[in-house]
Amino acid sequence: MTLTADGPTATPSQTRVHPPERRRVGHHIPSIIALTAPFMLLLIAFYLIPIGYALVQSFFKIARDSPYGEPREVFAGLEQYAIVVQSAAFWEGLSRVGILLVTMVPATIVLGLVFALLIDSTLVKGRKFFRLAFFAPYAVPGVIAAIMWGFFYAPTLSPLPGVAESMDLLGSRGIMFGLANIVVWTVAGFNMLIMYSALQAIPQELYEAARIDGAGHLRIALSVKVPLIMPSIIMTAVLSVIGTFQLFNEPQVLKTLSKAVGLDFTPNMLVYNTASIPNYNLAAAISVLLAVITAVLSFAFLRITQKRAFA
Amino acid sequence: MTATQTLLTRTGARPRATTHGKDRPLSVVASTGIMIAFAIYFLVPLWWLIVASSKTRADLTSTPGLWFSPDEFALFDNLAALFAVNGGVFGTWAWNSLLYAGIGGALGTLIAVMMGYALAKYDFRGRNTLFSIVLGAILIPGTALALPLFLVFGALNLTDTFWSVFLPSLVSPFGVYLGRIYASASVPDELLEAARLDGASELRTFFTVSLRLLAPVLVTIFLFQFTQIWNNFFLPLVMLQDDTLYPLNLGLYTWNSQIYLAPELRLLVIVGSLVAIVPVVIAFLMLQRFWQTGLAAGSVK
Repeated sequence: MTLTADGPTATPSQTRVHPPERRRVGHHIPSIIALTAPFMLLLIAFYLIPIGYALVQSFFKIARDSPYGEPREVFAGLEQYAIVVQSAAFWEGLSRVGILLVTMVPATIVLGLVFALLIDSTLVKGRKFFRLAFFAPYAVPGVIAAIMWGFFYAPTLSPLPGVAESMDLLGSRGIMFGLANIVVWTVAGFNMLIMYSALQAIPQELYEAARIDGAGHLRIALSVKVPLIMPSIIMTAVLSVIGTFQLFNEPQVLKTLSKAVGLDFTPNMLVYNTASIPNYNLAAAISVLLAVITAVLSFAFLRITQKRAFA
Repeated sequence: MTATQTLLTRTGARPRATTHGKDRPLSVVASTGIMIAFAIYFLVPLWWLIVASSKTRADLTSTPGLWFSPDEFALFDNLAALFAVNGGVFGTWAWNSLLYAGIGGALGTLIAVMMGYALAKYDFRGRNTLFSIVLGAILIPGTALALPLFLVFGALNLTDTFWSVFLPSLVSPFGVYLGRIYASASVPDELLEAARLDGASELRTFFTVSLRLLAPVLVTIFLFQFTQIWNNFFLPLVMLQDDTLYPLNLGLYTWNSQIYLAPELRLLVIVGSLVAIVPVVIAFLMLQRFWQTGLAAGSVK
């Protein structure tokens, strides 16, 4: 710690050598490049180039001069997009994630908020235990969570066969609930932790006034705590919206257990299975369209909520 | 800065009331009831996984699902079988997962913190543009990139390699975001100035002085990225054919898709899932404090 020890002795000369802010930075350009280059190069190589390449690929198609001729890539303009837009499978997949968006996402947020508020209040004993218990599922990868719940859902494998039989969560009517349950189980505790961290940063004095005025727990929670942690709530909402549109791991696992999950159950499963045909150009077009829809919706959401999450 | 405030709170600066004269018994009972019900919901699947892993194949179907078998505790036999099957392929998957997530997470964390630090501590031209790109990248989830990455690696004939899964997972825009917030709050400009007067180069200062101050956020970012890579499924699924390159996720998925045809895999999938999550759950719970620090820094304005 020689640096801090030298600090005071260096102070007299500091006023003399200290150049203005802007000019000082000039000397540091090589260092700035050294610090930023690794990340930027990786970002270009593994984010920007792939996205650009997928975009380019989506404007091409494979053509053959004769049925057995050599395949060639030819420019197709928006042809692939026309196929996607006219495909019933794409819209059905999108409507399935749309349904989850208006049911499952609010559920994960409300549950996360209720848990966070209860753990932050004095109403419950053993808050530390509950915090750990609720958060633990987040450490379970989506694939393994789906495998585990798959065992619970399948009447022949379930530890609770009676319940599995009557709920039939792998059947065509129960499958959406079965899928939503896996995601809620994994994500609710994560949302709780984000909101709870925000609650912890609120100074206690802010509640005192409300308490002296005679406000109860519920009143303080709704009119003091919730508004103060709104940025965190919005952040979890945006992350959930994106995650829902991109749903892949859990339904892909359920597909191997349930006839009700087809190859195109969610848009990303459609991307994967189109690429497996292989029809890369069409898969790229679906992928691009899905990314655009996701981005537009999350930006719209941030706009509506005035970008309070990532200020 | 809020981040500093948050850190102070985390170290326990704020005293908390434990009891409250005004808590009504009814609200206490109702809240506790809700919490217990949900704790059961969250823990039962994990409990079942432990119980089921300790049973023989026969007991798995013939004894009650949520309690141990009275006859035999077969966990260690099952583990031995798990690591022996198919020439020990499960061990290979576990090792691969550790490489992808452990080394990838550590390297990615350092790279992200360097970037975040530069954005926080130097006022250079284009800084805001770079930060906007980083923020945009946060909103692009891994699953959306899997196919584009596959197309690029395919064009270069590099699919089905270790690097095709390892390299893309080094990028953590969220890590940059956290690193920037934390660096601007916890690395004082005066300290950097003093190091400059001492004649230390900027990079040396970063590696010897600043990095030490950034230790808490390094742990947070590492945990985030480790879990993210550990959970990664779509990318290895499209990239890899060779099952000796699979991570645990993908290996267990391929086993699980055959359990109706090959019932003997059922128990292996269960025990394998337990092995795949136990280290992560423990690491998570032990380092939970760091998670919260990072989350709070990232979410409170």
